[in-house]
Amino acid sequence: MTPKPIATAHLDGTAKQSLEVGRNRLLVGGALFAVAFSVIAFRLADVSVVKTAGEPGVAAAAQARAFTAGRADIVDRNGVILATSLNTASLYANPRHVLDAREAAKRLSRVLPELRAAVLLGKLTSGRTFVWIKRHLTPRQHHSVLRQGIPGLYFQREERRIYPQGRLFSHLLGFAGIDGVGLAGVEKQFNDSLRAGAKPLVLSVDTRIQHVLTQELAAAVGEFRAAGGTGLVMDTDTGEIIAMASLPDFDPNVPNRSPAKALFNRATLGVYEMGSTFKVFTIAMALDAGAVRMSGGFDASKPIRVARFRITDYHGKNRWLSVPEIFMYSSNIGAAKIALALGTRGQRDYLGRLGLLTPPSVEVPEVGAPLVPSPWRKINTMTIAYGHGIAVSPAQFVESVATVANGGIRYPATVLKPLKDEPAKGRRVLKRRTSLEIRKLMRLVVTGGTGRQGHAPGYLVGGKTGTAEKTGGRGYRSKALVSSFVGVFPITAPRYVVLVLIDEPRGNKRTHGYATGGWVAAPAVSRIISRAAPLLGVAPVDEESELVRRALRVRIPTAPRGRQGHNIASF
Amino acid sequence: MIGFARTDTSIMAAWWWSVDRWSLAAIATLMGFGALLTLAASPAVAERIGYDSFHFVKRQMIYLVPAVCAILACSLMAPKGVRRIGVALFFASLILLIVALAVGPEINGARRWITAGSLSLQPSELMKPAFAVVVAWMMSAAKTEENFPGLSIAFALYGAILLLLVLQPDMGMAALISAMFFAQFFVAGMPLYWIGLAVGLAAGGVALAYAYLPHVTSRVDRFLDPASGDSYQVATGLEAFMNGGLLGRGPGEGTIKEVLPDAHSDFIFAVAGEELGLLACLLIVLLFAFVVVRGISRGLESQNLFVLLAVTGLITQFGLQALIHMASTLNLMPTKGMTLPFISYGGSSLIGISITMGMVLALTRKRIGLAGI
Repeated sequence: MTPKPIATAHLDGTAKQSLEVGRNRLLVGGALFAVAFSVIAFRLADVSVVKTAGEPGVAAAAQARAFTAGRADIVDRNGVILATSLNTASLYANPRHVLDAREAAKRLSRVLPELRAAVLLGKLTSGRTFVWIKRHLTPRQHHSVLRQGIPGLYFQREERRIYPQGRLFSHLLGFAGIDGVGLAGVEKQFNDSLRAGAKPLVLSVDTRIQHVLTQELAAAVGEFRAAGGTGLVMDTDTGEIIAMASLPDFDPNVPNRSPAKALFNRATLGVYEMGSTFKVFTIAMALDAGAVRMSGGFDASKPIRVARFRITDYHGKNRWLSVPEIFMYSSNIGAAKIALALGTRGQRDYLGRLGLLTPPSVEVPEVGAPLVPSPWRKINTMTIAYGHGIAVSPAQFVESVATVANGGIRYPATVLKPLKDEPAKGRRVLKRRTSLEIRKLMRLVVTGGTGRQGHAPGYLVGGKTGTAEKTGGRGYRSKALVSSFVGVFPITAPRYVVLVLIDEPRGNKRTHGYATGGWVAAPAVSRIISRAAPLLGVAPVDEESELVRRALRVRIPTAPRGRQGHNIASF
Repeated sequence: MIGFARTDTSIMAAWWWSVDRWSLAAIATLMGFGALLTLAASPAVAERIGYDSFHFVKRQMIYLVPAVCAILACSLMAPKGVRRIGVALFFASLILLIVALAVGPEINGARRWITAGSLSLQPSELMKPAFAVVVAWMMSAAKTEENFPGLSIAFALYGAILLLLVLQPDMGMAALISAMFFAQFFVAGMPLYWIGLAVGLAAGGVALAYAYLPHVTSRVDRFLDPASGDSYQVATGLEAFMNGGLLGRGPGEGTIKEVLPDAHSDFIFAVAGEELGLLACLLIVLLFAFVVVRGISRGLESQNLFVLLAVTGLITQFGLQALIHMASTLNLMPTKGMTLPFISYGGSSLIGISITMGMVLALTRKRIGLAGI
């Protein structure tokens, strides 16, 4: 329906009134518009001539652009460059600007022989406006492409990430992808600050020690035809990781040329049942809680039967063993009994405080969470006593050993070098006395126990061997072992922890077929300490001196109660 | 140019003596600025996206012909003619909007366009003037005709258009249409409590858009705190005004157009600031303000409610579009892609705004004793 037109004369009261209201209100609208246009004019004068309002924003944007021009370097604790960025030219084409695609493809493939002419021709006739031809040309390639003078080819300034140390720090550094985004390791963890920061990222690692560790680890993995291996060196008083290696490794300059399993970081992402090295914790926590004393002992003459399990000793003595002997001869039966003396709750509390039940705080994205029993039954308590039924990453294991050895204070593992005026923050977990006692026991292992091959003359190594059977399918496989040795030196005043862990070593003629930690990993640790200690500023001492002997003297009881024992001095 | 005698009674002579020649001159000047700035800004954009340098220039010059024709043709009409054309255009563009939604190509995630060969049309641009006219008619009829449900019809049409625009989606256009509709309703005597309601609805709409549309959220956040994200476009835009200073670097001498993606449309005012300088920009602002204020004051002289309301809607559309474009370029509000009337590149937008201003000119011609139509 169409409203009928009405003539001027017939304007009735309401219409007239509406017109009046409308006029008044439109006047308001007009005034608002006038104000708004005035604001625009003022703002215009402000940003064009007065020039204050826009300045901060523009300056920040310019700065941000300058920053993206360079991904920051990564250096080791001494300033050695581990990762840096190079400016490179990348070649692309705008096919619409290419005059003669066939000729261009032919000439390009002549100077860049790795590119096939047929593929190039396909790209150059694609009708698109942008195709990559080759990223990151060398200066020589850049020059020879320029000399061809082919129209339609252009260069994009880009950055290429270079790892001058090659494979040496592969897992720790990780790598950055072609577009400069960190995809693994420290490169990924600190991607934002590396992209933004002009200052290099300083890691705690020492390139020299990393060389020693990697060489000796590779030698051991090669000698025992192992599936792989990992090793760490840690500063006991700060938690700084001085060296960290995982084999097999990869070249971060060309990460996609390595098989996927080479990218796996055994030191932080892998979790392992550590075996007997765990007895360090078992005995330390029992002593700390007062559940056993150094003079105490347990009957280890018969295997323990629990449900369908049977706990036996590998180096069986089949008699009553004192606490030092249990550690020294790595008695599973004795350790299980010590753990029972402390109890399940106590064991779990101590392991938690040592940091073995939660993922470590080490600053790489590839961090494995420990595998912890649930529910935690009595049988778990007994197996955990000798390092089975709980799987932890080597990085957190080393952190906990450092805690036990350094006087009982836990420093979180870190790959960053702390600032000078910022002392490491630690938390006390064990009594100092406990740590002193465990040091003596660890020394016994090297002087007269399972870890004699970990001996490094002059550096007072204390340690513990570990040999665990890997789980596979159903139950444990006795042929597939994880053999390790953790050493602390100098044991009288610990400075560094060294761990070597060999995954599935195979015994050889030299080891009489043995593939245990004492045969496979301890010699590697011995060589690492002998080579690294001078670099780390640890002076050798006379191990026979009276001072050392007295500091490390342990009284070993030989019978259950009251009878006199004999003294063993470390030698 | 004054080729008509006062006593000439031909259509053109009658038009010449009754039309608002000052507004006509202002619009012509704006079109001149538009041609100049398109010539300056668009080759850089065209080259960047792989077109012939003068691709946009040629197209814009071609669009100027129908645009000028639209202004002249519309302004020749009597208010009744404006109403008829408005209604016809409304239904035509309504159908085209639905067609665009159904079969139109998806560009940047929205279906706003209809293409035929190399020609493309954005129906919502044509919808804007037509909708203003139809709403003005319905609201004025509601006052002057007894028992005519003009208001309800206006609201129903508004709802339908809003739905279509949200479906596209084109939130900028939806907001503009809403502002226009409520401005007209306001002038048509919206009860005062309704004003509160409208303000509340607008605030609610903005809040909803902020909460549920991620790109709106990010733009508002970046406006409130430039450090929170990439405010590169706005920062570069402001840099343009600083570079330009008082007199500008000279037409074609700017550098901002090389880096801003929408230098020829959504950021044309920044190009003007850099190349022509503060004085020319102030002139542009003045021209827009003049056209708006002049349109309103001429509208106020009318004795006819339909004319008053139609002028309100059309001028609001024109003025708001200019304000939003300039305010977002000057970082006075979050960036909203909106063309600057008569100056930015864009055929549909140019023809739509020409129809709008042609209608304004038609409605504000001097008439004696015309209360009804």
